[in-house]
Amino acid sequence: MEQAPAVHTKSKTPMREFVRKGKPPTEDYREKLFELEAKGELEVHRVPDPIMEVGTKYGRTKKIPLEHTWHHKSCGQCGHIPGYSTSIFWLHRQFGLDYYDPKDQSSCTGWNYYASSTSNAAAQAAVAARNFAQAKLDGYYPLIHCGTSFGHYKETREEIIHHPELRDQVRRIMDRLKMPFVFPEEIVHYSEWVHAMRHRIAERQVLNFSDITVTVHPACHYHKLVVEDAIYDRELYDGQRTAIVTGLVEALGAKAADYSTWHDCCGFGFRHILVSRDFSRSFATIRKIERMKEEADPDVTITHDTGCVTTLDKSQFAVQAHGRNVGIPVMADSQFAALSMGAHPYNVCQLHWHGVDSKPLLEKMGIDHAKAWREFEAIAERIESGELDFMTWEDADA
Amino acid sequence: MSIYKDAKYMDVPYEEKLKLFQEVKDDMRYGQNLYGCYECGICVAACPSARFYDFSPRVFAQIMAREDVDTFYELLNDNVWDCSQCYSCTCCPRQNSPGGIVLMMRDAAVRAGLQSAKDALRAYSRIIYKIMSTGTQVTPDMLQPDFFPDWGTDVKEVAENLDVWRRAIPPETLHTTELAWDVSEKTRLELYMIWKLTGNLELIENLDEGIFMILEEVMEEMLDEHGYDIDDFENILEE
Repeated sequence: MEQAPAVHTKSKTPMREFVRKGKPPTEDYREKLFELEAKGELEVHRVPDPIMEVGTKYGRTKKIPLEHTWHHKSCGQCGHIPGYSTSIFWLHRQFGLDYYDPKDQSSCTGWNYYASSTSNAAAQAAVAARNFAQAKLDGYYPLIHCGTSFGHYKETREEIIHHPELRDQVRRIMDRLKMPFVFPEEIVHYSEWVHAMRHRIAERQVLNFSDITVTVHPACHYHKLVVEDAIYDRELYDGQRTAIVTGLVEALGAKAADYSTWHDCCGFGFRHILVSRDFSRSFATIRKIERMKEEADPDVTITHDTGCVTTLDKSQFAVQAHGRNVGIPVMADSQFAALSMGAHPYNVCQLHWHGVDSKPLLEKMGIDHAKAWREFEAIAERIESGELDFMTWEDADA
Repeated sequence: MSIYKDAKYMDVPYEEKLKLFQEVKDDMRYGQNLYGCYECGICVAACPSARFYDFSPRVFAQIMAREDVDTFYELLNDNVWDCSQCYSCTCCPRQNSPGGIVLMMRDAAVRAGLQSAKDALRAYSRIIYKIMSTGTQVTPDMLQPDFFPDWGTDVKEVAENLDVWRRAIPPETLHTTELAWDVSEKTRLELYMIWKLTGNLELIENLDEGIFMILEEVMEEMLDEHGYDIDDFENILEE
């Protein structure tokens, strides 16, 4: 068998290792939030214990809550690739970590911001504040599933910190809703929780991933939109790229293979993926999937945001008619982590909602996908016949 | 008067263009999005839209910095909706955010009800309706083969099995077909209050009167059920 490409996370030029000195170039948003709290302008929701501390782009430390989390779900994950969020919950349950899956949660409504501009700063900030207030009232700390919600809430934080008139508008709206004006100390993406938990996940790993080659697509709205919150680690890419996802891949013993267009976006484009999909498909296949195939030939691409999974996965079907070099399964880090710990590929990871055939990958992982599909179908038939209302967590793990 | 011989929209009064230009410059985000431009083109190299459209993030930064109002108006109508909003352009060594400039321009285009904005968002009304009425947008029932014929045969399979497959997902909040997850009535009600208090519906009215009327009706009904009068929620931004 041909050797997979070398892992490209070790320094090739140690003499040129960059070590940041001096102050970070940006202000510390936490200090600003605490100043506003001291003035009585808003309430800061502290990250609850137990926490894990991680490094970020400019060297500041970020607190990641390990449990007591309020799961701010993602529209695209829940709607079209439900194994993504199901795997996040499944991981929490496996570790016995306290979490809350609320119904009193709305989307960040970022689609009306980045896609169509059919919102305004006050509405967007109020939606964020309403979700954050509800989390505080429910007694849990927000953990954001969607990369865009994560990025958008960081942008909202900047606006709230710097614009007193916006704070005033949000406060008046929250008063009308009879809710407190709360903002979290840290805005935390679920993939940061996965990153913080990666060694504990590896301890519980039941499948050998040493033959699995992975390409990583870091999500734009995670590491490009308000860059300073993103996790960086000098042990991964010499601290020159975000460590997110790659940290998990390496912890699980898989090979993280590099490719030249790692920084490119997936082609999602918001309105494009729905109404100008020729662009999304062209970019996803020509700039991402084909580059990965030619330069790394991975077994799977792992990413950590909704639109990235959808675009990279679904774009691969139609281009086969043109003989393009595609055929890489795409999934989220949460699904990859769950599979490593023995999660059911269909009951939990719900891979039947994905487009690219993942059976060769599952076989390489040592998973009997035919048996697993029969198990899923058996439960689906019981639901269809009315014998079961729905699949329970116990059914999923049986 | 534009410096370009082939400039478009020269029939549009300069004052009209200047008004929109000034709206963008007055946007509270402007100061964080534009600091100048080295004209290095790094943003163009990083931009996905630049590879497939006649689109350049650098031009947006330059035009705003040079205060070229005529070309601004041309971009506002012909290019602004091509941006992918990925923010790859934030790799700018001058710390500009051309994607952020685009966003402020789109906001101005929608507020003004420009025909080009209506055209760009015509097929998008369903998403706007979903977001504003339910609190979630990318919903399972959108997975229809006639809408996503290029996503493969599995879309048809998902559509045919949608109800059963949704209930074959362990988290209880995901047993939905018309919403991405089960959003409580309380939350939807609070969202409706936010749309009213922030004048958000007026933006929709500018863009698509049909969607606006349907949204008003849905919201009014639910607010009424809970003892609220829709007219009690004034636009606080106008005070």
